[in-house]
Amino acid sequence: MPKILGLEGTAWNLSAAVVDEKDVIAETTATYMPTTGGIHPREAAQHHASHIAKVVKETLKICGKDIDAVAFSQGPGLGPCLRTVATAARALALSMEVPLIGVNHCIAHIEVGRWKTKACDPVTLYVSGANSQVLAYRAGRYRVFGETLDIGIGNALDKFARFAGLPHPGGPKVEELAKKATRYTPLPYTVKGMDFSFSGLTTAAQEALKSSTLQDVCHSFQETAFAMLVEVTERAVAHTGKNEVLLAGGVGANVRLREMLALMCEDRGIEFYAPEKRFMGDNGAMIAYLGLLMYKSGYRTAIEDSKANPNFRPDDAEVMWR
Amino acid sequence: MAIIASGAEAVIALEGNTIIKTRIQKRYRLKEIDESLRRERTRIEAKLISEARRCGVPTPIIRNVTDFEIKMEYIEGTALKNIITPQLAEKTGELVGRLHTCGIVHGDLTTSNIMFKDGKLYLIDFGLAYLDKTLEARGVDVHVLFQTFESTHENHEELTESFKKGYARTFQGAEEVMERVREIEARGRYA
Repeated sequence: MPKILGLEGTAWNLSAAVVDEKDVIAETTATYMPTTGGIHPREAAQHHASHIAKVVKETLKICGKDIDAVAFSQGPGLGPCLRTVATAARALALSMEVPLIGVNHCIAHIEVGRWKTKACDPVTLYVSGANSQVLAYRAGRYRVFGETLDIGIGNALDKFARFAGLPHPGGPKVEELAKKATRYTPLPYTVKGMDFSFSGLTTAAQEALKSSTLQDVCHSFQETAFAMLVEVTERAVAHTGKNEVLLAGGVGANVRLREMLALMCEDRGIEFYAPEKRFMGDNGAMIAYLGLLMYKSGYRTAIEDSKANPNFRPDDAEVMWR
Repeated sequence: MAIIASGAEAVIALEGNTIIKTRIQKRYRLKEIDESLRRERTRIEAKLISEARRCGVPTPIIRNVTDFEIKMEYIEGTALKNIITPQLAEKTGELVGRLHTCGIVHGDLTTSNIMFKDGKLYLIDFGLAYLDKTLEARGVDVHVLFQTFESTHENHEELTESFKKGYARTFQGAEEVMERVREIEARGRYA
């Protein structure tokens, strides 16, 4: 049974894991925590550079060096972070004399969800700091049916939280405060066809702090932004005729968002799936697992094609394993 | 009253020769958001249906609009997808050209949303329509239609060419939009 080492480091989480077809054999993680403000790309990359050797060593200590390929997040992500991890992956593949496999980070989120839940052919809502997309498989590719026209939902929450004086990451703090709200403050709801936008909402929420309590604005922000995401997910479901919804990405940890998606699915009579938390945010296991699927279908990345791609779109990758 | 269609957003019922389109409540969103969205979208849809007709695009006649409900004329015809010919594709091009000249983007142009009745084509279902004069919005509009040509009709290239002729006849910016349509195709989105 092939075993794949996967390296993830597109943003603040650096993680290495080894998986086989059955399960995750080992996983080690080192998380970059900014002292103030949000993620600084260069500092995050320096963090990854100084921790990657230790993280990989720890992982291989548990499962041994008997690895069939090295997979890494080729993009999308922060350029400096991607380049650091790609360099490490190349060095490892060359020294261990095994193939290199560059994977798309968004697709890894979907595939780990299909692996760890009963979802088979879902519409996926992928929500993280930088990414917010509605994806579904059709004719050899994961197509983007809808996406943010500006910033990701996680960044929108973080930006607002920072403005309100809350520490990073802002999402969980906003979720906590929203529970204590007493009223809803209208905020701009922007869905254009299948796409959505969060920057206007973020600015309006900052403005709303002048006349409403922080708790009320947190609540209104979540309710507005999440309704937009759920609406577009439902449209993609209606459009594709699929009968499963999968939630992926770090913002997927939000209980209110899960509740809303579950309600929508219940009303449509379709299944809702969300993997356990460790597979929801960025993790090495998902990269290793997608690497495994690609490895088995014969895919290899030549060193000269292994350049990091910060704008790597999921619909640019050909899916040969389905 | 019989329900004849049910989408992600609305239910369509038929009563005599009147269509009743009702935007349904969504439990997942807050009542305040839900109601204001449904009210606003119902109002805009009715407005754009009438506006399109003033621009020379046949659409159903609006009979009544309430908070979440539009009552309109039932176009008792055949969907274009069942009877399309190059001549009708050209006629479709003329209608879309007039619509775009007017600044309206349909948002869901498929051969199921174009009806043929008494020798005339009608555009229906303005549920996703909006006002937009950008190349991208118009390009996506045309691209979506071309995709239904491609997925449901064998002679789609002939249909596409005929559409372009009609579109250029009624809309001055046709060439630029077609350029954008090629770009959108290359991107492979909205599949």
